[in-house]
Amino acid sequence: MTDPVLSLSSVSLAYGRTRAVEAASFEVAPGERLALLGHNGAGKSTLFKAILGFMPLAGGTIRVSGHAPGTDAARRAINYLPEVVTFPRSLTGREVLRYFTGLRGEPRRQIADLLERVGLSDAADRAVGTYSKGMRQRLGLAQALIGAPRLLLLDEPTSGLDPVSRHDFYGVIAEAAGRGSAVLLSSHGLDEIEHRTDRVAILSQGRMRAIGTLDALAREANLPTRLRVTAREGAADGLQAEYGGRRFNGCRLDIDCTADAKLDLVARLGAEAGRVTDLQMSPPTLGDVYLHFSNLDAEALQ
Amino acid sequence: MTHRIATIFAQEFRLARRNHWVLLATLILTLFALALGFFGAGQGAGLKADVLTLTSASLATLSVYLIPLIALLMSYDAFAGEIERGALGLTFATPVRRWEVFAGKLLAQVVAVAVAVSLSFMLAGAALATAFGTSPEGLSAWARLVVSAVGLGAVFVAVGLMLSAFAARTARAAAAAIGTWLILVVLYDLALLGGIMASGDGAFATRVFPWLVVANPADAFRLYNLAALDAAPVAGIDGLARTLPFPPETGLAAIALWLMAALALGIYRTKRIVP
Repeated sequence: MTDPVLSLSSVSLAYGRTRAVEAASFEVAPGERLALLGHNGAGKSTLFKAILGFMPLAGGTIRVSGHAPGTDAARRAINYLPEVVTFPRSLTGREVLRYFTGLRGEPRRQIADLLERVGLSDAADRAVGTYSKGMRQRLGLAQALIGAPRLLLLDEPTSGLDPVSRHDFYGVIAEAAGRGSAVLLSSHGLDEIEHRTDRVAILSQGRMRAIGTLDALAREANLPTRLRVTAREGAADGLQAEYGGRRFNGCRLDIDCTADAKLDLVARLGAEAGRVTDLQMSPPTLGDVYLHFSNLDAEALQ
Repeated sequence: MTHRIATIFAQEFRLARRNHWVLLATLILTLFALALGFFGAGQGAGLKADVLTLTSASLATLSVYLIPLIALLMSYDAFAGEIERGALGLTFATPVRRWEVFAGKLLAQVVAVAVAVSLSFMLAGAALATAFGTSPEGLSAWARLVVSAVGLGAVFVAVGLMLSAFAARTARAAAAAIGTWLILVVLYDLALLGGIMASGDGAFATRVFPWLVVANPADAFRLYNLAALDAAPVAGIDGLARTLPFPPETGLAAIALWLMAALALGIYRTKRIVP
C-alpha cells in the first residue's frame, strides 16, 4: 500500500461563523482519480482552497505528500486548475506556460511537449484572446501538467465544454494518472465522470455523504429497478391488483423492485403475454444514486 | 527567488508593453515637455535663465499631476483584476512567495514608468538643448527632474499596487486610485493653501507648514525640484521653496519613505489575500 498523496482527516472549514465544510475525511493515492461531487455551494471549491493553503482550517488536518498545505513542499506537489481562469488576453499560450514553468522552477523545454499533449501546438504563438473557451481550458490543463505533478487539483475542469473537448480532457487526465499523478477533480454530476474516475466522494451541504467506487455506491444505495409495463386494453387494473405498482395512464404501470427480485418478476411478467404488450426495465441511473446520497440526511432529519 | 521574481517581472513588463502603456506614457510626456519648453522659451531672456532650467521648473509643476495619474492607471488593476479573473489563485498555488509577486509586479511597472519618463524627458531635453543651448545649471536641473520624476512614478505605482491588493475588485481599485490622486495631488494642496491663508505668518507658516508640504510625495517632488532653482519664477505653495527649514534633498527622502511604506503595506496585504 503506497502512502496517499493527499489525506484529509475530519477537516472543517468556515467563513467567519458560517460552517462551509464539516468533518470531511478522504485520501487520494498516487495514480488514483477521485471525483468530488456536490451541488453548487456544497463546499467543493472551499475544500480546494484549504488544500492549496489559501484558508485556515477550523478543525482537522490536511497533508499533501506528508506536508501541511501552503508549505513549499506542499505547493511543489500540487498543480492546480481553478474553475474559472482567464489568462491575460495579450499573451500567447507559450508565454503563459513560460510564466508558470518559471514560477515552478521547471525547465522550459517541456513547454512544446505540454502544448502537444493538450493539442495546442498550432495555437501556441497566438494571443490567448483569440482562443475558444475549450482552448483556454486546455491551456489551463497544460499549465497544471507542468513538471511531474504529484497531485492534480482540478476544480470543475470540464464545466462549459462540449462533449468532444470533454472526452479529450479526460483522456489527458487519465494519461497523467497513468504516469502516477493523484487526481482530485470536482464535478456537478455523476453521469459525466462515469468510467473516468476510480472513486467518487459525494459532498452535500458541507458534509461527506459517501465515498467509494460507483458500483459500490450503487449497491449501497440499493435503489429499486423500475419496470414499466404496458398493459392490453382493460388489463391494467388486474395487473395492478396482482403486482402492485403505480398506474400512469390507462395502460401504463410502474413497478419498483429490488435487484434480487428483479429476475423473478420479469419472468412472471414475461409469461403474461395475454395481458402485457411491452416491458421496459430502467435500472437506477447514476443521477438517482447521486440524489440518493445527497439527500440522505435531509430525509433522515425530517 | 530571483528566478521567480524575474518571471513575474517579465510577464508584467510584457503586459505593460502589450497594453501600450509605455508607448502612450512616453508620447504624452514627450509632447508636454516639448510644448512647455518651446512655448515657455520666450521668457528666458528676461529672467536670465536658460531654457532647460525654466522648463524643468514648469515641467516639474505639470509632472506632479501627470506622472501620478499615469502610474496609478498602470497599477490599479494589477492585483484586483487578477483576483476577479481567478488568475491570482493560480500564481499563488505555485511555490512563489507572496512578497515575490508584489515585488516582481512593482519592479516591472516602476521600470515601465522609468522608461517612459526618462525616454521622453531625455528626448525633449535633447531637443531643447539643441534649439536653445544649455548651461551646467540647466543640465543638472534637468537631471534632478528626471531622477525625481522616476521616484515620483515609483511611489504612485507602489501606492496603486497596494490599493489594488486591498480593493480586490477592479471597480473599487479604480475608485481608490482616482480618490488617492485627487487627495494627494489636488485637495491636499488646496487644504494647505487654506491653512496658510487662515494662519497668516504665525508659527504654523514657518514651522509646521513646510513639513506638511514635504510629507506629501507629490509636493515633496515639486519642492525638491523648485528649491534647487534660483532663477525660476515660483508662486503659491512653491514660494515656500525659498524659505525651507530643511535642505531640498528632504524631498527625495520623503519620496523614498513613501515608497518603503507603500511596499511594506502592499506586501502585508498581499500575504493576506484569499484568492
